[in-house]
Amino acid sequence: MSPRLKQSTGPQFSRILGIGAERGANVVTNDDIAGPIDSSDEWIRQRTGIITRRRADPGTDVVDLSVAAALKAISAAGIGAAEIDAVIVSTVTYFHQTPSAAALVADRIGATPAAAFDISAACAGYSYGIGQADALVRSGTARHVLVVGAEKMSDFIDPTDRSISFLLGDGAGAAVVGPSDTPGIGPTIWGSDGSKAQTIRQTHAWSDLKENPELGWPTLRQEGQPVFKWASFQMPKIAQEALDAAGVTADDIQVFLPHQANMRIIDQFVKQLKLPDTVVVGRDIADTGNTSAASIPLAAERLLREGQASSGDVALQIGFGAGLVYAAQVVVLP
Amino acid sequence: MAHTAEDVLAGLAEIVAEETGLPADSVTSEKSFTDDLDIDSLSMMTIVTHAEDKFGVTIPDDEVKNLTTVGDAVNFITGAQA
Repeated sequence: MSPRLKQSTGPQFSRILGIGAERGANVVTNDDIAGPIDSSDEWIRQRTGIITRRRADPGTDVVDLSVAAALKAISAAGIGAAEIDAVIVSTVTYFHQTPSAAALVADRIGATPAAAFDISAACAGYSYGIGQADALVRSGTARHVLVVGAEKMSDFIDPTDRSISFLLGDGAGAAVVGPSDTPGIGPTIWGSDGSKAQTIRQTHAWSDLKENPELGWPTLRQEGQPVFKWASFQMPKIAQEALDAAGVTADDIQVFLPHQANMRIIDQFVKQLKLPDTVVVGRDIADTGNTSAASIPLAAERLLREGQASSGDVALQIGFGAGLVYAAQVVVLP
Repeated sequence: MAHTAEDVLAGLAEIVAEETGLPADSVTSEKSFTDDLDIDSLSMMTIVTHAEDKFGVTIPDDEVKNLTTVGDAVNFITGAQA
């Protein structure tokens, strides 16, 4: 007779125990970047709501940004780094195929031998990571999971590109997810649509450079109008599904944390979801720019730090981007 | 039931007024979305989406660039209903 296997089981609930953030060291104004795209401060503000974006120093990479954010999150969580037993880094701007950024981050923060892996879910990466961390904790596979969304988008842009480069900034946001006595992370509503992969894309594959070195460094492009339409009118339906799945309504939440893609998209979310005026909306994009996987935790950290949001507040968060991919969940803020 | 061109123009004018704050009666067939009504590409996508919902038609992304005037949009929507 075959032996009967044991399977792991975990705590009934999980929650975010602490959040940390690290923004690129340099403030880059619209005037700083408007020249090569024949644009202006006024045009960029009107189209995107961005006043400045934060960009990191040349010698700083996503691992550096991740480590800084992670240490703050671990400190805020009130645990030791050695208690982290899984590290998930979401990034599209770590320029090594292998090893993962997560393994290096785990080591540098003192979490070795934590399980460590990267995920590629672009601007939805943080919400993907929170969904995975929630599942890992509640299954008993890990007790404390560090989720990091980290990007150095400034290494992935073309200063003459008018489609997306001018939006982008650098930073990392981190969260520690662990066991909880009460529900702290609602069901994750997630998905993808690879038929629209071309709407946000890398100009060419790294492997193309082997044959055609003259292609130069790949950078990012987007088709602004279709992406705006998808984000502004399809994604609020996903956000609503996350509210429904968590058993709450727009009137029950205190905070809304959309991916910081564009202020115009954020405004559409607020309209489509009919959020009451009492809901505090993350609008970190104005000063930080679009930092892809980092944008949601950066927005959360700012609201908590500035006292606009408080520990225990219920927040709806949604990430969406290249893939196309999306993920949303309702969380209790630490 | 198919909407008449007059219905579509009136409905479209309401959508444009909501998006831009312009009076609905200033949204007439010959007006250019960009040059006369000062509607940028993102606002145009908002108007297109609301028009799709209101009139039960699909306006493909590739088609939007061909809708220069309000009348172009009215013609496309009335044609797409047929």
